[in-house]
Amino acid sequence: MIEIRLLTFHYPGTQPLFADFSLTINRGEAWTIIGPSGCGKTTLLYMLAGLRAPAQGGIYIDGEVVTRPRPATGLVLQDHGLLPWETVWDNARLGLKIRAFYGPDGTHSPADMIRDPEGDDQRVRHWLRWLGIDGCAAMYPGQLSRGQRQRAAIARTLALEPDFLLMDEPFSALDAPIRAELQNVMHGFHLESGLTSVTVTHDIEEALILGEKILVLDTNTNSVPRVVNNELGNAEERRLHPEFGTARKRLQELLGQPARSMGT
Amino acid sequence: MNGQRPAAGFLIGTAMLLVLWQVAALLVNRPILPSPLTVVPLFVRDIGGELGLHFLASTARVLAAIALATMFATPLGLILGQSKMLDRLCGPLIAIIYPIPKIIFLPVIYVLIGISDFSKILLIAIIIFFQILVVVRDEAAGLRPELILSVKSLGAGRRALFRYVYLPASLPAVLTALRVSVGTAIAVLFIAEQSLTNYGLGYYIVIETYQVLRYPQMYTGIMAMGLLGLALYLVIQTIERRFCKHRFVS
Repeated sequence: MIEIRLLTFHYPGTQPLFADFSLTINRGEAWTIIGPSGCGKTTLLYMLAGLRAPAQGGIYIDGEVVTRPRPATGLVLQDHGLLPWETVWDNARLGLKIRAFYGPDGTHSPADMIRDPEGDDQRVRHWLRWLGIDGCAAMYPGQLSRGQRQRAAIARTLALEPDFLLMDEPFSALDAPIRAELQNVMHGFHLESGLTSVTVTHDIEEALILGEKILVLDTNTNSVPRVVNNELGNAEERRLHPEFGTARKRLQELLGQPARSMGT
Repeated sequence: MNGQRPAAGFLIGTAMLLVLWQVAALLVNRPILPSPLTVVPLFVRDIGGELGLHFLASTARVLAAIALATMFATPLGLILGQSKMLDRLCGPLIAIIYPIPKIIFLPVIYVLIGISDFSKILLIAIIIFFQILVVVRDEAAGLRPELILSVKSLGAGRRALFRYVYLPASLPAVLTALRVSVGTAIAVLFIAEQSLTNYGLGYYIVIETYQVLRYPQMYTGIMAMGLLGLALYLVIQTIERRFCKHRFVS
């Protein structure tokens, strides 16, 4: 369980993005965070990732306060973050290499980590194949399309077997058809694995496809979370669901309205 | 790129150089430009003797300077590239010192450090130092914060970041800087070796041959120095192709 408790955050010289903001994310839920630019959605994600510290309050995962990146939290950014000098294979193995570098120390890698280079190789191979880029294993990021790079970044994160997946606008730099395809891939992955996830997006459609629960943020200070339960449920093909248009309209209204009018 | 072409190009280039040299020697027809037919056999004979020792002395100085410069410039370049504040502080100073031809400090270094091999090495090291510093700094500054963040999110702390990001990112920069600066380094070595030493190709070319009008021998020295530059360039290029493969794929 992930708990955001009475979180306050502001950048110097601006009004707070969050003030006494609390939210609970249950295991197995897929969340999306949507809002206009500057609303703090990426900041909130970075705080969940342990890359940024709140001014007050805290984030607790399974009862433990997050102060630095947690080994079991996976993060995928809009900018794939692949090392340009390593092949796709070595990039996908990077997290596992870093874990082996530190050994099971509990801060950089899980304390119960087992050294298993062969198993690691198998896992990397599995995720590359699952994401359809096993053919590119020997290539460098510069030789890939944007979509393939993002797949490699996802493979790198999933190879670490995270229990909590964070994604920051993971598909917004992609062309529409590839974006739709990867959205389907990740939604399918959630249905299959039940992994807890939070995806930040500015795209209403993406919020509806990837999120069972949608957190709508506002450029004013966020205090009371506005959460939309996505009624499309577990529908595999969400875009074709009869409710899709209605849900879309509701989110649109919510994003266009002042913060006080609650949507749910 | 296929492996044949660089070797073939290298042979063709050498052949063309020798032909041009021979043609020029015939046209000029004076002792100051002997034919390669005289010089090359002489070079082959002498490189096993005295000339070889001069060659080794120069090589050792350049290699020591490269090591010294790399050791200090790489970490400093990484720090400046990653810290915007420090770079803003030191940037203007580096921008002013960078284009100054460092050879002009030769007398100062001689007086301060003393007339020794180390003062010659230091002078060359200073030249290479600034080249590496600037290229590594720019390379490190080009590492986007998102890249660092996502590697951190994989569990990397400072040590792993150094091992998996900063070190491999700076290696190509160091090699590029060396490849570019090795020519200048040897030019400065040539000047520095003309005085206050008894070994080195600069000494051999100017004192032992040129000043006593042994022109064919002088050309063997010139060949040796040219080969030294070429060899260093090729070694650096080979390491670059080996360790920076991603730069050579399309």
